[in-house]
Amino acid sequence: MIIELGHHALVLAFLVALLQGTVPLVGAARRDRALMELGRSAALVQLLALAGAFAALTHAYVTSDFSVLNVAENSHSMKPMLYKVSGVWGNHEGSMLLWVLVLAAFGLAVALRGHGLPAVLKARVLAIQGLLGAGFLGFILLTSNPFVRLDPVPADGRDLNPLLQDPGLAFHPPMLYLGYVGFSVAFSFSVAALIEGRVDPAWARWVRPWTLAAWSALTAGIALGSWWAYYELGWGGWWYWDPVENASFMPWLAGTALLHSAIVVEKRDALKSWTILLAIVAFGFSLMGTFLVRSGVLTSVHAFAVDPDRGLYILVLLAVTIGGALALFAFRAPAMAPGSLFRPISREGGLVANNLLLATATATVCVGTLYPLFLDAATGEKVSVGPPFFHSTFVPVMLPLVLLAGIGPLLAWKRADLEGVFTRLRVAALVAGAVALLTWLLQHGHHPGPVIGLALAAWLAASTLIEWTGRVGLFRRRGTAARIIGLPRSAHGMTLAHLGLAVFICGAVGDSFWRREVVVDATPGAVAELAGYRVVLEDIRSGSGPNYEAEVVRLRVERDGETIGELRPERRFYPVQGTRTTEAAIRSRPLGDLYAAVGEGRTPQHRTLRLWHAPLVPWIWAGALMMVTGGLVSLSDRRLRVGAPRRTVGPVTQPAGGD
Amino acid sequence: MRVLAIVGLLLLISHAAPPVHAVQPDEIFADAVLEQRARELFRGVRCLVCQNQSIDDSDAALAQDLRLLIRERLVAGESDEQIHRFLVARYGEFVLLDPPFRPGTWLLWASPVLALLAGVAIAWAALRRRRSPAEPVALSDDERARLAALAAGDEERQ
Repeated sequence: MIIELGHHALVLAFLVALLQGTVPLVGAARRDRALMELGRSAALVQLLALAGAFAALTHAYVTSDFSVLNVAENSHSMKPMLYKVSGVWGNHEGSMLLWVLVLAAFGLAVALRGHGLPAVLKARVLAIQGLLGAGFLGFILLTSNPFVRLDPVPADGRDLNPLLQDPGLAFHPPMLYLGYVGFSVAFSFSVAALIEGRVDPAWARWVRPWTLAAWSALTAGIALGSWWAYYELGWGGWWYWDPVENASFMPWLAGTALLHSAIVVEKRDALKSWTILLAIVAFGFSLMGTFLVRSGVLTSVHAFAVDPDRGLYILVLLAVTIGGALALFAFRAPAMAPGSLFRPISREGGLVANNLLLATATATVCVGTLYPLFLDAATGEKVSVGPPFFHSTFVPVMLPLVLLAGIGPLLAWKRADLEGVFTRLRVAALVAGAVALLTWLLQHGHHPGPVIGLALAAWLAASTLIEWTGRVGLFRRRGTAARIIGLPRSAHGMTLAHLGLAVFICGAVGDSFWRREVVVDATPGAVAELAGYRVVLEDIRSGSGPNYEAEVVRLRVERDGETIGELRPERRFYPVQGTRTTEAAIRSRPLGDLYAAVGEGRTPQHRTLRLWHAPLVPWIWAGALMMVTGGLVSLSDRRLRVGAPRRTVGPVTQPAGGD
Repeated sequence: MRVLAIVGLLLLISHAAPPVHAVQPDEIFADAVLEQRARELFRGVRCLVCQNQSIDDSDAALAQDLRLLIRERLVAGESDEQIHRFLVARYGEFVLLDPPFRPGTWLLWASPVLALLAGVAIAWAALRRRRSPAEPVALSDDERARLAALAAGDEERQ
């Protein structure tokens, strides 16, 4: 009964989304206030209906109602409650339902918070959101309905893949979707501006916070996924340049570019059509990510044909949405009023360079990800594009970007004094040089990678701090505390996010170049030595969890003859799916992780013990966390939080250099 | 989203072989330099039955076979290039994670440069287009005459 209600709610949401997508557009064209207002109520009804549908599916999971096909295929009565709930979105149908739920939530947020927006703009934004919702709800209803019943009802379900039964994975998809779908707001605002043929001053003030929110969520989502891969897969890696990872990385790169160009629109009323284009592209990559993963096209071009309905529907949806928006852009953008002028050497110029490099990086990842598909489809040739390709193409694009990120924030708007900036950055250059020299001298073997990487990270951190201390007047004037409080939060946010990038780079460099590994065939009492640690295999015990059997290997970790800790890697067997997983054990310290995983050994008494010392890995997560926090701090800036723009304050008269 | 890839990959693994770990203790060379070379090679070779994994990471039985094959050739004193050639002859270019530079992949390798050049060209064109209307337009004869008249008027008043 509840399931049928959920299904009806889904149909209702689809119909309401269609209304939301059409009526306000007509209203905006005719300047009919009543028709435009319909968008608001429709957004509310759509969200309520989808929340109902989602609750119905969640209820089926929580109560293990195996008469529902989706539950029977992806759940089990013995599964812990957390994973029963997260199992709702741990499968194709449920995750698409989450997608439209988040989309509707963003739509309602626009409807509720858009008091200061011109009524026509708001009506159009809500209509675009409605059309997007209708497109995806149609997809769910036609090809991926989670509410299909099963007859006869099986005694129990087939369980969720054990690897997905993990707290990291419980929250990874929702965060990722918040990011993906969050870019829909910038997209809808852009399409609305294109329909209107002009960029309203309110436009920029609105696009930036929404982009910031989406970007922060996407950053957190990607980091969570990466962290999960690191500790759960037992390979110790955190980024594989896998097409599925790239599918989430492309919107992140485009979104990062958008975040920066939106600053120029907000502060200087320039780069307007470029920012509109980026908003379309960022959301386009979000849709493409969904398409790539959902259609099965990544496994092989031919897997696309296994379920052609789904793939074809998303492909058409993608083509209509992005193609339509780009066509509208080509048609309307040239007619838009040009923005204010600036010299190439200026904050605007720096942000343009940032955008150029980020766009290049996005294109590189995109081509690298899709090339095998196109080559196979076009010529039947098979080629692999793996990590080595991305290391030699993506990384070189990032190096100048990091260099620039140190300089850009110190440049003045409009026209900057480069000499003065370099004078201020002398200390940063010295720090970078010192770090380079130290790295060169201290590392084993003279690999240039860590030298360049750490020097750049030091450069970025030092120049970011120089910029920040200059702003708050540290070491110089009194009243520093008051300045720290008085500085716009977006300035603190930028400082934190750029520092986070520097910290992340250190982590990535440390793990990529200095990881040490030991693999031994071990029985109890065996000893392995690695990076100053002595690891002793104490014993092997058996245990059990709620829905698995486990074998726990106890390892004693010693350093300088003293026991400093214990590691307990596990091997688990999940009888329902008949799968084995490994649970790595990690001893995380600021300077690096000691990582242990066990596998089957040569004989029943032996275990393959795999130990890594992965220097600076915690810096990767810390850096990502700093970036997310920076985004949120910036989001809490009063100017953005208030939302309703004060008409008297134009973008040009705002104090220059909030970011 | 990578979840699905993992799921697909797991389905493959669970049917293909029992989970053992990637590089096995008994296959490792005593010679650290040679081992290092082997690992570098492994990282660039695709596990053909997995989804986007190198044979260095992969648990699959086929990946181990490939590793042992490469190790044998390393011991026999072959160069990295010879081993690559052997692998390509046997499995096709699909086996290399680092795509070779040849007509079919020119576009792939050139894409970062092309993208950057295109971006610079667009930015340059946009800057030029925007600067031109800002440049002062010469006064017409009529305007010049009116200006002269105004100036003359000012002088007279003073």
